[in-house]
Amino acid sequence: MTDPAPSPAQDTKPPGPWRMALRSLRHNRSALFSFAVLVFLAVASVLAPYYARYVAHTDPFVSNVAGSITVGGQEMDIMQPNDNPLHLGLSPIGPTWHGSYMLGADSQGRDVAARLLYGGRNSLLISFCSAVLCLVMAAAVGIAAGFCGGIVDTILSRMMDIMWSVPVYLFAISLSIVTVSDGLHLGPFVIESDNLLLPICIIALVYIPYAARPIRGRVMALREAEFVMAARCLGVPRWRIVLQDILPNVTSTLVVLGPLIMAMSLLAESALSFLSIGVQAPAASWGTLIQDGEGLIYTRPMVAIAPGLAIIAVVLALNILGDGLRDALDVRDASHREQ
Amino acid sequence: MLMAALRRLGQTVFVLFGISALVFTVFFATPGADPTARIAGKNASPQTMQKVRQEYGFDRPLPVQYAIMMKKLFITQDLASYADRGELVVPEITRAAPVTVSLVCGAAVIWVVLSIAMGTLAAALKGSWIDRTLMMLGLIGISIPVFWLGQVANLITQNRYHDTWLFSWVPALGYVPLTQNPWGWFKALVIPWVVLAVLFIGVYSRVLRADLVALSGEDFIRTARAKGLSPARILIRHGLRTAMVTFVSLFGMDFAQLVGGGALLTEVVFGLPGVGRLTYQALTNLDLPLIMATVMYSAVFVVLANAAVDMIYLLLDPRVRDAR
Repeated sequence: MTDPAPSPAQDTKPPGPWRMALRSLRHNRSALFSFAVLVFLAVASVLAPYYARYVAHTDPFVSNVAGSITVGGQEMDIMQPNDNPLHLGLSPIGPTWHGSYMLGADSQGRDVAARLLYGGRNSLLISFCSAVLCLVMAAAVGIAAGFCGGIVDTILSRMMDIMWSVPVYLFAISLSIVTVSDGLHLGPFVIESDNLLLPICIIALVYIPYAARPIRGRVMALREAEFVMAARCLGVPRWRIVLQDILPNVTSTLVVLGPLIMAMSLLAESALSFLSIGVQAPAASWGTLIQDGEGLIYTRPMVAIAPGLAIIAVVLALNILGDGLRDALDVRDASHREQ
Repeated sequence: MLMAALRRLGQTVFVLFGISALVFTVFFATPGADPTARIAGKNASPQTMQKVRQEYGFDRPLPVQYAIMMKKLFITQDLASYADRGELVVPEITRAAPVTVSLVCGAAVIWVVLSIAMGTLAAALKGSWIDRTLMMLGLIGISIPVFWLGQVANLITQNRYHDTWLFSWVPALGYVPLTQNPWGWFKALVIPWVVLAVLFIGVYSRVLRADLVALSGEDFIRTARAKGLSPARILIRHGLRTAMVTFVSLFGMDFAQLVGGGALLTEVVFGLPGVGRLTYQALTNLDLPLIMATVMYSAVFVVLANAAVDMIYLLLDPRVRDAR
């Protein structure tokens, strides 16, 4: 008897679930395209300062109503007379489709394209962090409720029921309004009202029930699985069963929920910022940009349209990616509900 | 059956208590500023502060404060907003409610009809380009922020294309009461209805298609097929009827949440003076009593509506009725 050579043994080893999922995802063209869109927008947002300095040649956080720019060799004022017959009042410049003020200016004469990229930083950062935070907390709640069962499950599930009954945007609005003026004081820790941690935590908190329910269902099914029974009979401590047997099997549910929760978080963040209780000025997010554009919607619609299109692109890409991941990982119980 | 109903009732009471405690905690026990200042509004005088502290019992233990607040909200209904010169909050909400109900009911009609049509058609033509297109449209609908869609709708119907035959009938933003002028009411609300319905058309058509496709593998559908029924009849009489169970329970929840304030963004963009816009105005002048009251009333409404839907299920669905 000789040992088999290592290389054929590796070839015959069946691919693991993650490798198979990756393979099936690689054939999903729309999911791949969505991923590419997300990466592109994220990279563009990260490069916002470079865009502002080297392409737009402007500081998008400073009011610039008196300035002028040169477009195609022609000098133009940023605030221009209105189109009405008497030329009464001033409107910000519209899209130039050149490097500076590509998408025009907002009512304070700031470059909309540069602000769009800066806004993308905050919007993407907040939605990503709150999705991760939400999933971590939901996993803790879902695993505790599903694995322990009994009184722990009853208490946690009733708490989720209660949170579920408050309309999710109203819940987020309530939490934002009590913290927006003075921030949050937790003993020695003070989170100022303009800190991005506030919207991150608030959005993560309100979406916990949405993620915790499917996780709990998955854990309850796993608890009765044979391999968990076997581990129990062998006397493996409960915390090790959770870490080694339950958690790896819940990961696929978490991965599928991730993009969907991030999509909902992005919509919630933009709504809060639109209502001026999310990201606080002078910082920008796609929601605050839409609010800036509200007053200019009939004269300079691009100010509000551009950030809206950015939100749609990201949310759509996240939803398609989530669908692709669900098909690839074959997770059925991670159904998501939009609010 | 009676036991099941009683148990459901007990749960409802518990959840109602839980919600009131949760909302109270959010507004008055969140660490941060003094709750007195939150109630009294911006730049309140020391006299007002003192009055508020006495009236709401902020110098007494939390359970007493909770009791005082519940009494002011639900029993005496004399919660007043200090930011708005002592306007009573509860009557303000009841005045605004018909607008919100008008908005949500119309949108609900549109989204139920369209999503059933889209979902059934997509399931019937599973795998075809029509199916893919419809589901993509649904996904796009889910991805659009409603306040942005409302602004774009305003841009098109109020400004850019308002002078063409297509949108010349659209009235200026605002609300017309149904009792005054039914036709004006309809015209003022058509665009907001469509905008509010878009998200739900997307969600419901996708859920319905998934349910119908999942059902097509079930035994009773196979039996119907073996009996020689036509595919259309199987899909509509057997499949759709069963899929409606999920659909209706989803609908109950979303409808209640929208009436309870979920339509806030639509109301703000279209200038409809409903409960949501009331909440928004309270946001802008930091009128905490009003916001708390709308949140509390809407949560209570959602819980009661869900309980009512469950009770109707108990009566209608033999599987639920006999299972407990």
